[in-house]
Amino acid sequence: MAKEAAVPLTRQVASHGEEKPARPSVGNIAVKCPKCKEILYNRDVEKNLKVCSRCNYHFRLTAYERIDLLADPGSFTEMDTDIISIDPLQFTAFPPSYSDQRTYTDKLTAEREKTGLKEGVITGHATIETKPLTLAIMDFHFMGGSMGSAVGEKITRAIESAITHQTPMFITTTSGGARMQEGLFSLMQLAKISAALAKLGEAHLPYIVLLTDPTTGGVSASFAMQGDITIAEPGALICFTGPRVIEQFMHIKLPEGTVNSEFALQHGMIDAITHRRDLRQTLGRILRLYA
Amino acid sequence: MAYDLEFEKPLAELEKKISALQRKGDRLKPDELVQLQEHERELRQKTEDIYKHLTTWQTVSVARHKDRPYSADYIRLMCDDFFELRGDRSFGDDHAIMAGPAKIDQQTVMLVCHQKGRDMKERQFRNLGMPHPEGYRKAQRLMKQAEKFKMPIVTLMDASGASPGLVDEERGQAEAIASSLYLMPRLRVPIISTIIGEGGSGGALAIGVADRVLMLENSIYMVAAPEAAATIMWRDSAHASYAAENMRISARELLPLGLIDEILPEPLGGAHRNYKQMTATLKEAILRNLAEVSALSTDEMLERRYQKFRKMGAFGNLEAQTLAGSI
Repeated sequence: MAKEAAVPLTRQVASHGEEKPARPSVGNIAVKCPKCKEILYNRDVEKNLKVCSRCNYHFRLTAYERIDLLADPGSFTEMDTDIISIDPLQFTAFPPSYSDQRTYTDKLTAEREKTGLKEGVITGHATIETKPLTLAIMDFHFMGGSMGSAVGEKITRAIESAITHQTPMFITTTSGGARMQEGLFSLMQLAKISAALAKLGEAHLPYIVLLTDPTTGGVSASFAMQGDITIAEPGALICFTGPRVIEQFMHIKLPEGTVNSEFALQHGMIDAITHRRDLRQTLGRILRLYA
Repeated sequence: MAYDLEFEKPLAELEKKISALQRKGDRLKPDELVQLQEHERELRQKTEDIYKHLTTWQTVSVARHKDRPYSADYIRLMCDDFFELRGDRSFGDDHAIMAGPAKIDQQTVMLVCHQKGRDMKERQFRNLGMPHPEGYRKAQRLMKQAEKFKMPIVTLMDASGASPGLVDEERGQAEAIASSLYLMPRLRVPIISTIIGEGGSGGALAIGVADRVLMLENSIYMVAAPEAAATIMWRDSAHASYAAENMRISARELLPLGLIDEILPEPLGGAHRNYKQMTATLKEAILRNLAEVSALSTDEMLERRYQKFRKMGAFGNLEAQTLAGSI
């Protein structure tokens, strides 16, 4: 397979005119790979599509980095940029012993400032290898990619837009699951998005989903596992119950990497594991096959 | 039935006095008889008071009461016949989901229910009421069968969540729930769901995407069990009561948010104090809602079901700073 030259990831981020979102554990010059602990130059990591050159660890991408990686240059138009989360339950009481006493509203404001994003998902239209499609790209850096009403609404609108424009739907998941601070509203987003995807299916439009690290909880138990074609990045945590919850409730300790992409492939839950550098090409092939 | 919950202590004391007097039987003196009647009246009054003002965390303990009627109890009291169908036809049979055709008032419906266990042995057998993936696949098989034979679907939800073990991950817990959520919005028969105890996370919702969602007065419906939510937010399940109070999980908090359709009143002191009365209320509500939904054309019913969930959500608009969605 021809190895395409790495696409510099900063290209379109600059064109959005926004500051580059901060990433955890990324210093100015070097970064430590969380998996093999190798110290890597930022410059090299960026050049290598944010993949560790030694152990192949895939660093998490921001939504805009992901779009730059996959969409044809300049083809992306964003939709529903004005939807934001609110605090419908007035989630304000915390255990007194807990250090972080910020209300949900304060937290949202802080997350918006930290990431430069308005919510944990970016939606819109684009082309991949000239094939048009509708996308919803989640971003883990905004409150752990958790899904509340705003995320659910944006994704649902994107799916409905795919039906209107008769394009395939593509979602990249990265999420700790439902957003606890919105209570049952969050859970109902699973039903809402699933119902929209069922409509997409009735319209005979393909739904392609890319699972990235991590895809857990309510997101995994809904649109992450409803794809016609399901692809995962290598080594991504993919499970319904997050390891932290399993450990606290079942009183066991899970070995590192028990429930990941490779596990999901082995147990027949996904179609393929694709390295980041081959993603665009793979999506192009799929889009041509299902056109 | 004893008053055994923490907040029922004043009731337990009254009950003790009452039973002491009752034990005297015929030897009861006239003034003691008056006292007995006084105590009984006071007990009723206090129970009403306490249950009217339950905190969310107290509601959780009622919803999880060891004597609370489970699905099997309602089936026994409500149905003229029930034939349990088992197995998912690909892996095995799950005991936390009980399903099959049943007759309620001359009408055949497909029942799909969570079932918890009463004693230690049954709890183990039912996996504490937490379904494995094969449970959801059994539910899907039977819901499709219901569509084939044009039977309405009635579900009773009572699970703190889906089973969170490693075996469940291996068998695809996420996929099993996701498939149910994908299937239910398009099923061409009426679906009525009732939360009878705990409705916890995707594990409950997987049989709850319905035309009508009803809740017993002291049941709870939540994105994650309070313990799990506290673990996720604060890394310690000991903070569960804070999660419960914040997340608005009781029926009376959820109705104004538009997330459920109806609250079914419970007998005085909770459903476990009068199975028959509770069953009668439940049966009436199921049949009434079923009749209302059945009156719609199939396409109209499906469109309304879609719009019902489509509207759920509370979000803002950055420019206008106004609120949209269901509140």
